[in-house]
Amino acid sequence: MSLFEIIGGFFLVLGSIFLFLGGLGIFRMPDVYNRLQAGTKATTLGAMSVIFGVGIIQLENDWTWIVKAMVILIFIAFSNPISSHALARAMYKGKTYPFIKSKDKDMDAYKEFIDNQKMEEK
Amino acid sequence: MQNLSLANKLSNFIVNWVFLMLVWIAFTSSFATQELIIGALTTMVISYLSIRLFTCCTILIFSPVKIMYMIWYLIVFLIALINSNMDVARRVLSPSLPINPGIVKFKTKLTTNYSKMVLANSITLTPGTLTVDVVDDTFYIHWIDVKTTNPEEAFTEIAESFEKILLKIF
Amino acid sequence: MTYIIYIALFFMIIGLFLSAVRFVKGPSAGDRVVALDTLTVIIVSGLVLLSYVFDRFIYMDVALVYAVLGFIGVIVIARYLEGAL
Repeated sequence: MSLFEIIGGFFLVLGSIFLFLGGLGIFRMPDVYNRLQAGTKATTLGAMSVIFGVGIIQLENDWTWIVKAMVILIFIAFSNPISSHALARAMYKGKTYPFIKSKDKDMDAYKEFIDNQKMEEK
Repeated sequence: MQNLSLANKLSNFIVNWVFLMLVWIAFTSSFATQELIIGALTTMVISYLSIRLFTCCTILIFSPVKIMYMIWYLIVFLIALINSNMDVARRVLSPSLPINPGIVKFKTKLTTNYSKMVLANSITLTPGTLTVDVVDDTFYIHWIDVKTTNPEEAFTEIAESFEKILLKIF
Repeated sequence: MTYIIYIALFFMIIGLFLSAVRFVKGPSAGDRVVALDTLTVIIVSGLVLLSYVFDRFIYMDVALVYAVLGFIGVIVIARYLEGAL
């Protein structure tokens, strides 16, 4: 095994573990918002790490791999938070309210804003 | 559509051209002369057509100081990303699911749309926070483990380290 | 090297399976879309890994196109759920 294979393999395994944790988070968390949290963060770093690892492994044969890998990586790093943000807002406007333990009104600052908006529409 | 002066148009044009040319080189991944000539012509036409569409930054973005700040931002961001993944791993793997979720809000000092977008994306990827909505200068954040509901304290807790650098870049 | 790839694929397949369970089970439409988003990202990284295993550079383009299409799909479904479409 060459040095590139060792470093790239490390990134591969690390990334796949984070992808697994993302799947586990999706499976275990109690409501949509917490699922989004676990899913977005873990899969973003996981996918970035796996793609970067593949680029590193191929670096000793062909440098074009890592350039294409960086394109995919940057695209995922930008698109993943945007889609999770769009989903979170859509879920809130679709009247799915977050799971809150203590039933404290201050814990949900966004509800105030939505209620004000509805009052203005009326 | 705002009216832009000639200098603004020119700087937008150059920024778009450089950016699109970098994307072209990344897609073709070759430095052959014919590829570069075709790429330069195509990206020139596209960046001329999109002068009014992409107005993210002026030509000052290429100054060395701002590039240094961008690299610093990238380092801060990567550290926060790794921290947040450790945080997710800890929460997901522990049997009792230690969460106390809620939505908090805070106000930001950033003014341009693009810097707010970068800040919102960064907040989504930092430990335990998710941007739900951005209305003018108010951010609504879903926090997996609410420590405070006071807007100012939430701001120092979540966004201060990013905003300091972003104010210098944009 | 083969073993490393086996380990990586093993973890990815478990992640895929768990989010597929959430995709089938999810109580609301939102849960399913979240699971779909996660599935997309895991499949994209799986495609990149497979492009190394089969040593075909062209498969990287497939991964890029799949990432773009998955992103647009999630955005469109989110706009639909929001009621703006």
